[in-house]
Amino acid sequence: MKNRKVLVANRGEIAVRIIKTCKEMGLETVLVVSEADKESMGARLADEVVCIGPPQVNLSYLDIQKIIDAALETGADAIHPGYGFLAENAALPEACVNNGITFIGPRAETMRLLGDKISARDLAKQSNVPMAEGSQGLRSFDDVEAAVQKAGFPVIFKAAAGGGGRGMRIVTEHKELKGAFALASNEALQAFGDETLFVERYIQNARHVEVQVIGDNFGKVIHLGQRDCSPQRRHQKVIEEGRPVNLPDDLRDRILESAVALTSSVGYNSAGTVEFLVDVARNEFYFMEVNTRIQVEHPVTEEITGVDLVKEQILVAFGAPLSLSQEDVKFNGHAIECRITAEDSTDDFFPSPGCIDVFVTPEGNNVRLDTHCYQGYEISPYYDSLIAKLITTGDTREEALANMKAALSDFKIEGVETNIPFLQFIIEQPEFIEGNIHIKWLEDTVLPKFLESIK
Amino acid sequence: MSEVDANGLVPLQASVTSVFYSKPSPGEPEFVNEGGQVDEDTVVCLLEIMKCFRSTTAGIKGTVEKILVNNSDMVKKGDTLMLIRPDK
Repeated sequence: MKNRKVLVANRGEIAVRIIKTCKEMGLETVLVVSEADKESMGARLADEVVCIGPPQVNLSYLDIQKIIDAALETGADAIHPGYGFLAENAALPEACVNNGITFIGPRAETMRLLGDKISARDLAKQSNVPMAEGSQGLRSFDDVEAAVQKAGFPVIFKAAAGGGGRGMRIVTEHKELKGAFALASNEALQAFGDETLFVERYIQNARHVEVQVIGDNFGKVIHLGQRDCSPQRRHQKVIEEGRPVNLPDDLRDRILESAVALTSSVGYNSAGTVEFLVDVARNEFYFMEVNTRIQVEHPVTEEITGVDLVKEQILVAFGAPLSLSQEDVKFNGHAIECRITAEDSTDDFFPSPGCIDVFVTPEGNNVRLDTHCYQGYEISPYYDSLIAKLITTGDTREEALANMKAALSDFKIEGVETNIPFLQFIIEQPEFIEGNIHIKWLEDTVLPKFLESIK
Repeated sequence: MSEVDANGLVPLQASVTSVFYSKPSPGEPEFVNEGGQVDEDTVVCLLEIMKCFRSTTAGIKGTVEKILVNNSDMVKKGDTLMLIRPDK
């Protein structure tokens, strides 16, 4: 393990997060940065920094050749892709293999199989994982009509190459079908360069429950429990927590078993997440997708299991067997994560870049803050609006929530607008406190009330 | 609306820290060129902030005298993007 050097092909809080663990493990670090990130916290923390291009992502963080060249020049023998950017692009692990570099993530072929949502559904079916009635790739409107006939309204179109809500459309009536199909195909083509759609029966009032898994190169895959990420806005997670509340034991166990069965079937050899929709009232769950990367909300799992997921991910990539067995995974207390973003909640959550003039962070034994920001940091307009991930813990959910309430009010950020007022409003809602929400609750119920409250 | 400066020109300023685009998409012509006529509601550029786009209008009837930033430059809130000579 000594004398190994890890190149981090990312930016923001996740670059800082990965570099910190590498340092603890005695690994040297190289960070690739764009010209906009030369002064970033990650750049200050890394042992070496290589500027790979201008701020535009296609000329820097998405340029595989530049990243491989930076690794070869600095003698880095492993690449961690973080999340976003190239994290789920199979061409990166492929380029790593061709250049004798260890990719800290799954194999390229695994990424392809699970990344294509249609082939992922086929795999899930083979592992007897339940899923909503759905189609293969739709080639024509005749295909659409046949598939919808089988699934029944409401349905949801999804992009085969999809992610982040693009190419998705929910349709409740037949007359909207043709228009929605055309719009979603076009959106998928624009976003992913592939217009292939499939259609599924749309599960209403469902919760988003996901399973953290990790596997090694010796065929062992375990789970590290679940996270509930139901509070979402425009298909983006806003608050995540673990373990999910009000989830019957039997349903919980069936979901965990499904996630492990599916990932085991492909010999999954890194950290990954299997996402499900859960209809608690009907005691049913449905496979959604697999994310073949470390996820934004991974700290929730780390806080309740005590496992450093990035460390474990690096160890298995370097060829070690998993350091723990399923029986070793124990859950302690409750953790909640809020994504603090530079968005103006009074202006339709429009991003609010600029200089952070004041940055006073919450402190405490039950508070974890993953961030790359500091007083005087300039949030550039090029990337995303994530300022920090605020994670609070407690022996019980009530304690974790009380700690979150205090931490949000202690967090002082000036110079840019943030979503903190919205987060404070959400966690005070009775349905949230009861744990009785679904993935449309935030948009349908809370947002109108919030907008009314700030008028 | 900004005030007329000493040369009788009105500066159009960036409303937000963003990336300046002089055209609707890479293959298309500029919204306006120097010497071009604009109305109050003529779109003169797009500002991009984290993949969100906002169009900026001239806000005044006149002639674009000078464009001070290049396509895809980053601009800060308050930076002058272009100077417009108002119609008499």
